Formats: sequence, C-alpha cells, structure tokens
Amino acid sequence: MVAYADTAPTSPVIARFHDDYRAQRRTALRNQFLFTLVFILCYAAATVVGDFYPARIIEGFPRLGDFIVKTVPTIRFETFWSDIALWFQPWRFWLGLLVETVLIAFLATIIGVVGGFLLSFPAARNLTPHPAVLWVSRRWLEIARTVPELVWALIFVFSFGVGPIAGVLAIGLHATGALGKLYSEVNENIDMKPVEGLRAAGANWPQMIRYAVVPQVIPNILSYTLLRFEINVRASSIIGYVGAGGLGGELRQVISFQEYTSISALFVMILLTVIVIDFSCEKVRHRFIGILGKVGG
Amino acid sequence: MLELRSLTRRFGDVTAVDAVSLTIAPGEMVGIIGRSGAGKSTLLRLINRLLDPSEGQVSFGGQDITALAGRPLLEWRGRCAMIFQQFNLVERLDVLTNVLIGRLYERNFMSSMAKHFTAAERTLAIQALDRLDLVPQALQRAATLSGGQQQRVAIARALVQDPRILLADEPIASLDPANATRVMDALRDINTNDGITVLVNLHTLDTARTYCGRIIAMRDGRVHFDGPPADLTSARLRDIYGTDNLEADIDESVTSTAIPARAA
Repeated sequence: MVAYADTAPTSPVIARFHDDYRAQRRTALRNQFLFTLVFILCYAAATVVGDFYPARIIEGFPRLGDFIVKTVPTIRFETFWSDIALWFQPWRFWLGLLVETVLIAFLATIIGVVGGFLLSFPAARNLTPHPAVLWVSRRWLEIARTVPELVWALIFVFSFGVGPIAGVLAIGLHATGALGKLYSEVNENIDMKPVEGLRAAGANWPQMIRYAVVPQVIPNILSYTLLRFEINVRASSIIGYVGAGGLGGELRQVISFQEYTSISALFVMILLTVIVIDFSCEKVRHRFIGILGKVGG
Repeated sequence: MLELRSLTRRFGDVTAVDAVSLTIAPGEMVGIIGRSGAGKSTLLRLINRLLDPSEGQVSFGGQDITALAGRPLLEWRGRCAMIFQQFNLVERLDVLTNVLIGRLYERNFMSSMAKHFTAAERTLAIQALDRLDLVPQALQRAATLSGGQQQRVAIARALVQDPRILLADEPIASLDPANATRVMDALRDINTNDGITVLVNLHTLDTARTYCGRIIAMRDGRVHFDGPPADLTSARLRDIYGTDNLEADIDESVTSTAIPARAA
C-alpha cells in the first residue's frame, strides 16, 4: 500500500498547488462563517422587532381555536341538506362574485402577459438595444411589481371608481412587473449562438427576438404565465377588500358584521376554486411543455 | 473587390486585429490560418460588421462598409453571409425556417413577425436545401440533425441571402472528417459555380492547402503571410504558429481531419 497522506510534495509545481488549495479553502471557510453570522444576527433582530416570542404564540392559540369553532356551521344529520342550504344561503350572489373574481384574474393575467412579454426583451441585459432602454424598462418593471396589488387597487379605485376595473388594472400592473422580471431572466439564460446567426444574416432587432429568442423561451413563458394566473386568482379574491371587485368585498362585509359561518362558507368557496384552478393549470402546463418539447415554438 | 485598410480592433488593452490591410478580388477562395487568439474570428466579424473596428476601414466595390448604419448595414450583412463553428441555427425551429431566416433582411415587420414567407422564397430555400442534399430533413427541427447536416443548413441559409461574400468561421472545427469534407466541398462548389468570394478560417493546414488558392496567416492580430499554399514553408509555419517549446517541426498530419484520398 502506498501511504498517500505521507507523500511529500515532489516538485515546486505540486507544492504551489497545495499552497493555492489551502488558501482557497481558508477563503471558503471564512465566507461560510460570515454568512452564518449574518443569518443569526438577522434572525435575532427579527425576533425582537417582530415580538415573535413563543409565549405570545402559545397565548394566542386558544383564541385561534375559538374563532375557528365559531365559523363552523351547525350541521345535523337529519337536516343535512337544509343546514347546507342555510350555510350557503346567498349562493347565487356569491357565485356571481366568484365568477367575477376569476374573470378579474383572467383579464389581469392578459395585461400582465402582454406588458411583461414586451418589456422582457429590452429589460434583458443580453438583448437590450441600448443601456438606457435597459435601465428604463427595468425601473418600470420594478415599480410595477414592488407596489403591492392592494395599493395599486386603492389608487385605481380612487381614479376609476369602485368595481372590477380597478381590480383588473391593479392586478394586471403588478403582474406586468412580476412576469416581466421572470421573463427577462428567462431571456438572459438563452443560448446566444442563434442570436449571432440572425444578426449575421442581416435580421433587425424585432426579427432577431422573434426567430432566435422567442422559440427558446416559449415553454418557460407559458409555464410562468399559468403560475401567475393561479397567483392572480388568489389576489383577486382579496382585492375587493378595498372595493376593487370580486369576492373580497363580501368577505370584508361578513367579517365586519361577524357573520362567522359566512366567513367559512366563502373560505370554502375560494379554497375549492383555487384548488380547481391550480390543478387544471398544472395539467395544461405539463401538456404544453410536452407538446413544445416535440415540435418547437 | 473587398478592401481592408489598416483595420484595427482593440478589446481593452488587447489588440485583436492590428492594422490589417488586405485586398481580396471577387471569386477568390481565401483560407485564413493562425493559432487560437490570432484574431481570425475578429477579422471576419469586422468584415460583416458584427463588430465595429476601432480604427481603419472596410470597403466593398468602392462603398465604405464601416460607415454603414441602419437599413444599409442590414443589407450589407445580407450581401456578406456568415457561417460559424457552432452552426448558430435556431435549434427549436425547423430546417426550412432556419434557411428562410436568410431572407429576413428583405422582409417587412408584420410579415416577419407572422413568419410569413412567399412561395418564391420557399422555393428558393428548398432549392438551396436540395443543393446540400437536405430536402428530406426540411420539416424537421434543426436540433434533430447531426453537426454536419446543421452546418449545411447554415450554408443553405447563407445561399438564400444571395451573398457576394461568404465568411466561414472555423466551419469544420466541430465536425468529423467525412462531414468536414462535405462542408468544405460545398464551400468550394459555391465558390466555383456561383462565383461567391469565400473567406474561411481554418485550424487544419492541409485543408487550407487543399481548398484555398490563397492563404493568409495571422499572428497577434497581424498578417504574417499572404500567398499561395506552395509558398507556405515549414520555416514560415514556425514563424506563424510560434513553436514555443516544441523541438520538432509542425506535423500537419497531427491536426489533419482529411480522409486520405483513394488513388484515382
């Protein structure tokens, strides 16, 4: 057996390698230590500032239980159907609001896709026609997505009045920012060789995007879009809180009037809708990816 | 007539192409050789303006190419087709569309966004594919083709551009010997039958000797040799490639990708 560990450096080249290796290890260890330290400090600060103490959580738990118990409707076996009917008594009204909620999400997703798609190319570092265009489109996407949907909704309710229009615009604008960012990251990860091929053949910028970039990014764009639709349905079910249409307004109403069983009824409706949409988006997404994998964009 | 006058390109402190002056007559087939990093690729990219020169001028038929911008620049790239070592096709598109990309510089915005091409253009594309024996693959995705087939698709794309010049940047460096031979034969065919000027960067000396009537050797961004293959002696090769610690002369058969020709 050869004792590898005892093998002394046999040449200056190998000796230098060992020195370099040790130096590299030292740097890596130091970075790991610093990272851990920063993480612990952040965690400690968050606990203190946010009052996130175990005692408070234990104290609050019973109240959470009380609330849930109150929202459970009384359903007896002998009067099962009439109890359910009572629980969902205004169901026609609620169903209308639910459809409105999904349609708000649908229109908002369209706005987000169109805006995000168009801006994702100038906002991609590797594709932008000019650094100034990159800067402007990135800042615009940032503003659109950093402002939460509810804040956009407040602004649009003020300018366009109470109703679904404000909700569509608010969620659409936020989705533009979020999708534009995701799309542009997809664009930055493409293979640039086809882009060079297009440029060398005398193609202009829109042609280069259409032929060299879009075919590469389409599967990811579809995937992100369907994911965003799911997120938008969740957002539009709450956006009515500030008067921007959908179920949220009703949710606010029943909570402030302490109609506990109605809270749970609405919750069940939203939950079922989100589950159905999540499930079908997932299916569609996988089918799209499968199809595109075979024939191309 | 393609003319380069003291063409220079710097990247930071590095001068990739250093005051290169050349005159290339229409219909020539020129091989450009030199070690990696000698500036061969940069030179080709300066000619079709994928890169802008730091100094100097490119002119073609009296037209100043370095001054072109906008529409005329795109038209120049159309007249000056280019193929690449990695083929640079759009792998997710079918072969026919990849060839039709060579017509884009004459298409307007709406029709090119809709991927609409005329029947005449499709005919042109399929004829180009036929010349390169690729008609059966026309509707396949480019990704499904072998490297040699992909490079021939790239040549078909270059052909439908109706170019005056064809620039080839290491076109056979990623190919096996049989495919390399087919690609080089196709370039020679285009050169002799269509009268298109071909400038080809090559790693393999014997390929350059076999196919090119004129060889230009570059070292450190400068032209170190310009003449017929016969004048390329082993002393000159040492000068071009810089043999560093190599004791022996450069053995061309080591880098060769040619299949030895059968006795005819």
